[in-house]
Amino acid sequence: MADEAEHEAGSMAPLEEWTPYILGIFCNWCSYAGADGAGTSRMQRPASLRIVRVMCSGRVEPEMIFRALKNGADGVIVSTCHAGDCHYVVGNYKTFRKAPIISKFLEQMGVNPKRFRLTNVSASEGAELTEIVTEFVEELREIGPSPFKNMNSPAEE
Amino acid sequence: MSEEIQKASEPTAVNITGLEEPKVGVYLCHCGVNIAGVISMDELEAYTKTIPGVVKVTQYKFMCSDTGQNLIKDDIKKGEVNRVIVAACSPRMHEPTFRKCLRSVGMNQFLFEQANIREHNTWVHMRQPEKALEVAKDIVRIAVAKARNLEPLDVMTVKVKPVALVIGAGVAGINVAKDLANQNFQVHLVEKTPTIGGHMAQLDKTFPTMDCSACIITPEMSNIGQHPKINTINYAEVTDISGYVGNFHVTINKKPHYVDQSLCNSCGGCVDVCPVITENEFDEGMKDRKAIYIPFPQAIPNKYTIDMDHCIQCGLCKDVCEPHAINFDDKPKKIELDVGTIVVATGFDPYDPTDYKPYGFGRFENVITGLQMERELSSFGPTTGKPVRPSDNKAPHSIAFIQCVGSRNCQVGMHPYCSRVCCMYAMKQARQYKEKHPESDVTIFYMDIRAFGKGYEEFYEIAAREYGINFIRGRASEIYENPENKNIVIRAEDTLLKRPVELEFEMVVLSVGLEPRKDMQTISRMVGVAQTGDGFLMEAHPKLRPVDTLSDGVFIAGAVQGPKDIPDAVAQAKGAASAAASLMARGEVEIEPYFSKINEAMCSKCLSCIDLCPYGAISFDKYEDVVRINEVLCKGCGTCAAACPCGAISQNHFREKQIFAMLDTAIPVTANGKI
Repeated sequence: MADEAEHEAGSMAPLEEWTPYILGIFCNWCSYAGADGAGTSRMQRPASLRIVRVMCSGRVEPEMIFRALKNGADGVIVSTCHAGDCHYVVGNYKTFRKAPIISKFLEQMGVNPKRFRLTNVSASEGAELTEIVTEFVEELREIGPSPFKNMNSPAEE
Repeated sequence: MSEEIQKASEPTAVNITGLEEPKVGVYLCHCGVNIAGVISMDELEAYTKTIPGVVKVTQYKFMCSDTGQNLIKDDIKKGEVNRVIVAACSPRMHEPTFRKCLRSVGMNQFLFEQANIREHNTWVHMRQPEKALEVAKDIVRIAVAKARNLEPLDVMTVKVKPVALVIGAGVAGINVAKDLANQNFQVHLVEKTPTIGGHMAQLDKTFPTMDCSACIITPEMSNIGQHPKINTINYAEVTDISGYVGNFHVTINKKPHYVDQSLCNSCGGCVDVCPVITENEFDEGMKDRKAIYIPFPQAIPNKYTIDMDHCIQCGLCKDVCEPHAINFDDKPKKIELDVGTIVVATGFDPYDPTDYKPYGFGRFENVITGLQMERELSSFGPTTGKPVRPSDNKAPHSIAFIQCVGSRNCQVGMHPYCSRVCCMYAMKQARQYKEKHPESDVTIFYMDIRAFGKGYEEFYEIAAREYGINFIRGRASEIYENPENKNIVIRAEDTLLKRPVELEFEMVVLSVGLEPRKDMQTISRMVGVAQTGDGFLMEAHPKLRPVDTLSDGVFIAGAVQGPKDIPDAVAQAKGAASAAASLMARGEVEIEPYFSKINEAMCSKCLSCIDLCPYGAISFDKYEDVVRINEVLCKGCGTCAAACPCGAISQNHFREKQIFAMLDTAIPVTANGKI
């Protein structure tokens, strides 16, 4: 069902050229630093990722992911430290636990759960981040644009 | 308020309460060509002007420069803007710079937001300028959404204890400890082995000056041992570090010596009677020691230790020990310390070539490592400074050095980086051997000679011209043993003559590289400092903050940060000491006030936040029936804010309305819907 709904939305450009919009919510200490590292090393990736910084991935509420997808993001990445490396001891574990529930909820709501990814990127893993984004873009090109693109205007807060 | 943390009052010459209508000023930085070379700044400016809430957009080549900062200050003073966005590099780079800029004109520094259009955009989308411009617009728009919802916050300060912990007492750790102690700070120097000195104590001479290594390091070691401000804790390991900048709590496990260190008078009577013989680690297994031992004669502290892995507890030493220092019932001791700063100087491990089969280390007797050669050359080493080959204990007539063993090699188990010291130490050892045996034939198989330091190139010139050392440019592909005389045959390609060579040598020295210590991951997690891809600890910034780490109050020095020769390790040690001292001398440090706050009226007292908090900062007062958050204990992760089902908890600077405002404007709206 989810896939059908998404295909109806159609794409505006040939799939190879279409760059999906990915919103990232990154923890400050590992993943945001890792993204900085990818920049410092000039590791080229598809121009699709925009990053919102939080101090710890523990701060991420499931609603943040739903809101981003509802607003028309083609994919959402929540990126944390590796297990055992959290600057705040255990914040990432809380996120690890939330992630499967978020995926399940997305599925039930008819949104392809592949649009949401939880990844671990340490401060030195710019190359890994580049690989993750490149791969995610490929996957999103297969899935197609977000079905919410042409729906309502952004939620008013 | 506790006495550890107090709110510093902010001078507010510019009266901004955070309640007035936000007037956002956006400052677009070209960063030379780093940003402007990829995207059109004019188009970005034109777009930024259309974002609601933006009142002023300014471009400048380098916003972080004085002139750039003055542009911001002038606008604030004129009252034109009350929220500032700089679209430039990462906030991890220059957020402190611009916050200071706001503060200098009396504006609350937390009304600032940085849009990262360099690391996250122009540097990673260099070949797609049009798409990069779209991403830049999004990033700026997201930052404006955050800026419009920013609130002024008070800066918090914490006291810094004037006590430092130095982990590792090699040449770097010793210099950190010395510099800090000379500035009158109490220093606890923790060393894993029974003696301080590290790898430098194992070396015979140092390049390029050919100074005697022991003559340099042993007086330093002795000074450290006697310094009133330095507490040396040898034969001990740090097992746990908790707390935060200025107030770390450290747990140290002091291993049992089985010899009372206060009673032992180092007479050595016990060594004569000890029947157990085992390998001496200090001599890289080239010489034996007893189960009761001092690693080397100049060790500090110069007291005996029993190696319980090999001791058979026969009790002979106990019988001969006049001061009755032997105690087989010695137990590990737990030491707890409170320190303000931590310097990690745990050094490196030499690469172990056993796993690299083509070079036959461990199979062929006459293949040794550079560090073993160093011990052979040392006057207090296994051969008292007269190198011999292990198979027949005769001085070899020909020696080959093979460079880049474990370094500059992408095969599994090896390292792609250059270890920086092997070219020089191989040439040094070659010269030393030539001095002792001028008639001998010494050859170095190299890929490139990297003689980059002060006086290094000259050292190389002399080695090649005056000492007559042969240099063959080519990596040895294979080594095999001549079974008759145990000589070693090297097969390689001479890439300058473009022909294969096969040469026989009486001994081969593998110039092994430097690698992160085996226990690096444990250290990394304990001190909260990430490892870089090569496994060494990561500095806060490779150029500007080489001794700082992203864990405030934790500094790194020496080869723990990457392969280094002695001058570089000492330079970094002095840098780390100065960085730690500047923190302790000031006595207090500012921390970001990102703690969580609770709205008691909205709280339903489900108490789910209490279990989630890793710091025990949230408590339930059952008499007053309220949940409270301790601002001192809270480190500002925001996990409780995310979990609160009532939305009663909010995290400063990462409030719900701030994050959702960003998410709601993140996706651009175009004429025919969103892109």
